[in-house]
Amino acid sequence: MPSAKTRVPAIDGWFTLDDDAPTLLGSRCTSCGTYAFPKETFFCRNPGCQGKEFAEAPLSRRGTVWSYTDACYQPPKPYVAADPYMPFSIAAVELAAEQMVVMGQVVPGVGVDELSVGTEVELVLDTLYEDDEHEYIVWKWKPVSGGSEVSDA
Amino acid sequence: MPDDKRVAVLGAGMHPWGKWGRNFVEYGLAAAGDALSDAGVAWTDVQYVSGADTIRNGYPGFIAGATFAQALGWTGARVSSSYAACASGAQAVSNARAQILAGLCDVALVVGADTTPKGFFTPVGGDRKDDPDWLRFHLLGATNPTYFALYARRRMELFGATETDFAAVKVKNARHGLENPYARYRKEVTIDEVLSSPMVADPLRLLEICATSDGGAALVLSSMEFARRHAGSDKLVTIDAVSTVTPRYPQTVIEMPNFSTDSAASTSTPGPTFKQSVALAAYEEAGIGPEDINVAEVYDLSSALELDWYEDIGLCKEGEAERMLRDGDTTIGGRIPVNPSGGLSCFGEAIPAQAIAQVCELVWQVRGQAEGRQVEGARVGITANQGLFGHGSSIIVAS
Repeated sequence: MPSAKTRVPAIDGWFTLDDDAPTLLGSRCTSCGTYAFPKETFFCRNPGCQGKEFAEAPLSRRGTVWSYTDACYQPPKPYVAADPYMPFSIAAVELAAEQMVVMGQVVPGVGVDELSVGTEVELVLDTLYEDDEHEYIVWKWKPVSGGSEVSDA
Repeated sequence: MPDDKRVAVLGAGMHPWGKWGRNFVEYGLAAAGDALSDAGVAWTDVQYVSGADTIRNGYPGFIAGATFAQALGWTGARVSSSYAACASGAQAVSNARAQILAGLCDVALVVGADTTPKGFFTPVGGDRKDDPDWLRFHLLGATNPTYFALYARRRMELFGATETDFAAVKVKNARHGLENPYARYRKEVTIDEVLSSPMVADPLRLLEICATSDGGAALVLSSMEFARRHAGSDKLVTIDAVSTVTPRYPQTVIEMPNFSTDSAASTSTPGPTFKQSVALAAYEEAGIGPEDINVAEVYDLSSALELDWYEDIGLCKEGEAERMLRDGDTTIGGRIPVNPSGGLSCFGEAIPAQAIAQVCELVWQVRGQAEGRQVEGARVGITANQGLFGHGSSIIVAS
């Protein structure tokens, strides 16, 4: 959708603003190799590791759905809902290389009927909310095949 | 079990759950008064007050332990306050038990109460971009039912649970709570009524998600020696275990309010899940196993979550909870009744009071005083509970 507004991330440093191939930006402990998202900055969460240094780690762009649901009722603030409210799906997605599960909204137009445990999804960028000057961008999951194409319209 | 690991429950008391809209102190006072009179102990003889905090009002509920002590009348009793989300009440029990077992006091009062707003629980206000609880609402629109629904859907796809199974949990608990004078909802519901209530977070419907409630609960605990003297008898109700363990790394199940699980990429095979480890630690402390349990009070934040608990506290193997439910094993009269009080389904959640209320119910069950919902022959019961930020608890009560 064309827009004259400035696109800004809804939160700084959690993902790249690369429309073609965005990635979540996690961290990887330089001592034990443990991944974290959001980034770890102080002390490695692995109790067997004393690591305090972390490299920025772009996470896998594709994963499989661990589980999923939707938000039939408008979430309370600080969620900024569209008016009128549009229900959306949410997925918890397993990343194979990182062996972790990361949550995200699912792109608009994909209902729970189009999702299953194991559905392959990829990371995309989409608008979370807007104000007069800005479009606030967030990561979302999108089924790799099948699913609705509404968001590409 | 040796005395140096157990404390006695002298009294239990609750203020009925509801949406009363009054100050939480009032509910705590009513519960404390009932627990003291049930115990036959005067407030002036209580040496330690252990409060479970509410976070309403933007900070830990007027520092709850002291608030209740002041409301009952300052006596110079020692005091502590605990905040551990849904496990706050269990931490308050744990504090009181530690004081008693260390020989620092003989008699302690544990009390928790809350007044809750209507609707979804929401994070603390402001622009809090370093708070994961704030961020999950802001960036994902993920409410608590979002997480409950992820677990429910996973049960359906992995174990063949159906929406009817989830509704049947609600139907069972609604029936259990009918005669419970402390329950907020005391009305039978049918499978059809549950399945025709509005969808909140697919596959969970409005009647399957725990409400937010006002309520208060209290316990009077003492050393075994004091209890024997006080009762003139060896027949005591005891707390045999209090588990408030943290999760173990890597935590591979997504938990509120997190955006991700831990990564299992650099570590050995994950051990028990958090909910399993909460109960395991309680069993280990009490020196018993699931086969010794007669009754359980588990945290049914959603109807589906109750099924997860059957497995997590060891009542059955993974994937067998639906069969237990369908066979009536967990209904009063069945092999191991679960949530005879009616559970959160009939109560709604009054956060700092809830883990204490679970213990109150077990005390009445093992005394044979749970009128209209008594589990015949109940001697040993377990509670299980889990909430935000890696807090959970399990308490074993025996007679």
